[in-house]
Amino acid sequence: MRLKLVPSLTKIDFFRRSYIPLGGSIIAMIVSVILFAVVGLNYGIDFRGGTTIRTESTQAVDVSAYRDALQSLDLGDVSITEVFDPNFAADKHVTQVRIEQQEGSESVTSETILAIENALQGFDPNIKFPSVESVGPKVSGELIQTAVLAVVLAISAVLIYIWLRFEWQFSVGAVAALVHDVVLTIGIFSILQIKFDLAIIAAILTIVGYSLNDTVVVFDRVRENLRKYKKLDLREVLNLSINETLSRTVMTSVTTLIALISLFILGGDVIRGFVFAMIWGVIVGTYSSVFVASNILLRLGVKRDWSNSDPSAGTQFANVDA
Amino acid sequence: MLQFSIWKKSLILALCLFGIALAVPNTFYSRVEGHNDAVLEIDAGLPATPERLAAVQAWPSWLPSGLVNLGLDLRGGAHLLAEVKVEEVYEARLDGMWPVIRDAMRAERDVIGTIRRQDSAPDEMRIRISNPDQIARAVEIAQSQARSIVTLTGIGATDFVASGEDGQVVIRLSEAEQLATDDRTMRQSLEIIRRRVDEVGTREPTIQRQGDRRILIQVPGIGSADELKSLIGTTAKLTFHPVVRTTGNADASPGARNLLLPDLEDSSVFYIVEQSPVVTGEELVDAQPAFDQNGRPAVSFRFNPSGGRKFGQYTAENIGNPFAIVLDEEVISAPVIQAHIPGGSGIITGRFTVEQSTELAVLLRAGALPAGMDFLEERTIGPELGQDSIDAGKIATMIAFGAVLVFMALSYGLFGLFANVALILNVALIFALLSAIGATLTLPGIAGIVLTIGMAVDANVLVFERIREELKTAKGPARAIELGYERAISAIVDANVTTFIAAVILFAMGSGPVRGFAVTLGLGILTSVFTAIWVTRLMIVIWFERRRPRQINV
Repeated sequence: MRLKLVPSLTKIDFFRRSYIPLGGSIIAMIVSVILFAVVGLNYGIDFRGGTTIRTESTQAVDVSAYRDALQSLDLGDVSITEVFDPNFAADKHVTQVRIEQQEGSESVTSETILAIENALQGFDPNIKFPSVESVGPKVSGELIQTAVLAVVLAISAVLIYIWLRFEWQFSVGAVAALVHDVVLTIGIFSILQIKFDLAIIAAILTIVGYSLNDTVVVFDRVRENLRKYKKLDLREVLNLSINETLSRTVMTSVTTLIALISLFILGGDVIRGFVFAMIWGVIVGTYSSVFVASNILLRLGVKRDWSNSDPSAGTQFANVDA
Repeated sequence: MLQFSIWKKSLILALCLFGIALAVPNTFYSRVEGHNDAVLEIDAGLPATPERLAAVQAWPSWLPSGLVNLGLDLRGGAHLLAEVKVEEVYEARLDGMWPVIRDAMRAERDVIGTIRRQDSAPDEMRIRISNPDQIARAVEIAQSQARSIVTLTGIGATDFVASGEDGQVVIRLSEAEQLATDDRTMRQSLEIIRRRVDEVGTREPTIQRQGDRRILIQVPGIGSADELKSLIGTTAKLTFHPVVRTTGNADASPGARNLLLPDLEDSSVFYIVEQSPVVTGEELVDAQPAFDQNGRPAVSFRFNPSGGRKFGQYTAENIGNPFAIVLDEEVISAPVIQAHIPGGSGIITGRFTVEQSTELAVLLRAGALPAGMDFLEERTIGPELGQDSIDAGKIATMIAFGAVLVFMALSYGLFGLFANVALILNVALIFALLSAIGATLTLPGIAGIVLTIGMAVDANVLVFERIREELKTAKGPARAIELGYERAISAIVDANVTTFIAAVILFAMGSGPVRGFAVTLGLGILTSVFTAIWVTRLMIVIWFERRRPRQINV
């Protein structure tokens, strides 16, 4: 028999207690903003400058020994995190050492890196340094600007596209859902303190694309049903459209999640944060296209006179679909 | 709509086969890479050794041999973002103008008095005149020597602007000239970096100009960013200066138009030399690692005719005087001129190791960078880490792929299988396109492919769900399939255009790995729409025409 995640006919009323999801979303967004302001994001060196060194050794890691070894170098704030991954062999011990931005506009001097490497090799001769990355303050400032600009640009481009293809109310609903997704993603990154770097910005833009994908499919059906059922209440039309597309929404989210989860578990620690952002985005994005975007559309109302073949309205496209 | 004309069928089939053919080399990555390298080496005139011939034979030449480039994060290597200090060149430009201005002003000595060049900030030239009341005339004379330059913004611009400030004539490069100089500096820097990197002979380095004054350098396979930095970070400006005197005092005042330079090896020795060099490394035509008469590593060099003439003349006139060989503001050695050196060749000795003399020869041969550089960003990724990422990415992709295939088959039965064939084809097409345009695959790029695997089924899901719905109302399966495709198309287009917009913005604003992700995401959208709209439909149509089922179960 067929695997069916959603029965072929559903009649869920998505707006029965619409204040619950809407209120919940608003609260979650406010909490996210507060978290962002109070706790803040754990910015990677892309955004705040500094150096990260990945170490790899066959010896077990003793974080405090690492810290002691680096203390004498007087490098300011040093953070050492051990990295765990199910793919690592039993005798593979990886850490990520982060050093804050040193004086000057350049990335880092080779002497500093050499000094760090020597200090660590001093007590662990087997240690290796598979990657060393360093970003100077000049670039990190620009990177953060570009990143914010990219997200804003993407959202505005989408706003315009949907406005052209639908009505402005749809566009507002879709963008509200997008902003919701982005804010909640920043919120979860603030809570979990996962490293926030350029790759996460890429993930956020993908979330924007994905969430939109979902919203647009629902809206597309709403537009169709608005023409088909001219007498039906907007709320009924929205409910009908969401129910009709529910099976597809769930299917696509599940296939995407299957792929992403496999990447999350097996793809290695280097991109885990990135994949996490996307998984989160798919879940939040699916939720927001059903509950946030449609709710806003319902509250804004849609002018439906485009389907009336009123000659005075002057729209030449009115009867094309009839 | 259910019928496909024969030419359309063949076109779709041809596109798919073509895509698969382009993708195939990537499954034999190392073999094809060896083949490509060997072919290039033999073309470049290297001897066709048995190993090279074997490598060429390992992959049939009639098959496509384009490969996806692996990004630094997968292959390992070094990445540097350098900012060129373009202002450093202004000084040299102004120095070049000095003789002309000097001569013009001297010609009117009886009006403006004697002239003397003063020490000044590097981006200006200050000239004191002994009749300060004639400053207006002096400025006029200096300005009359300016050459007009043609710019895009208009005519009337000159290469420098003279003005009078507290009794001195101050000469600065005009804005248009600064822009032109900056551009020239950037191009020279790019060219010289390229030559230096090529001398080391690594595979496919990326050397790109970014913005007005930055250069991005990515070299796969190099050990560390430090190594790369020492290769390209050295200006390698070689100059020969007359020595005024030596001193042990680091704070000694060198006097006007002289320089105080440290010794390369002995930190207690300083040289005071004349600021204007006799000859510079720009006039070198060759430099080779060599050994001096005592068997110590050295670098031999040869000047071009004009440099050789200047060098010969100077050595003839200054026998018995010391002469400083200066590399990047440090004195390598200051031998006393023993005899006239004609012919313009010589040897630089110092306390070099063999490696140092070889590197110095490479740097001198490639030419000096016109200006120094600041390194704003540097990344080193070890090859093992890259290989780990590839392995992890491969496994994750396989599992994701398998899971989605099973899930689709379970959900949609036969139609799910059709979608699966399309999905496999989709991944092949992504690789085909990546290889064809020579794009770079990065770790986020692999994530992009995995994401596409998840999302690519979306278009098919939209159609299948629609067919299911239409089956409830439409008259028979043929009509349902037709309507399913017809009505799902607008949702497919809207949904994919919006994601594509995000991918384009990512590509435009992102860099490095992020850009790699944008490329795979964008290409994935294109191929998934193609496979969903044409390939699955073609399969369904062919199946339907053969079987003519009365009922279909989607």
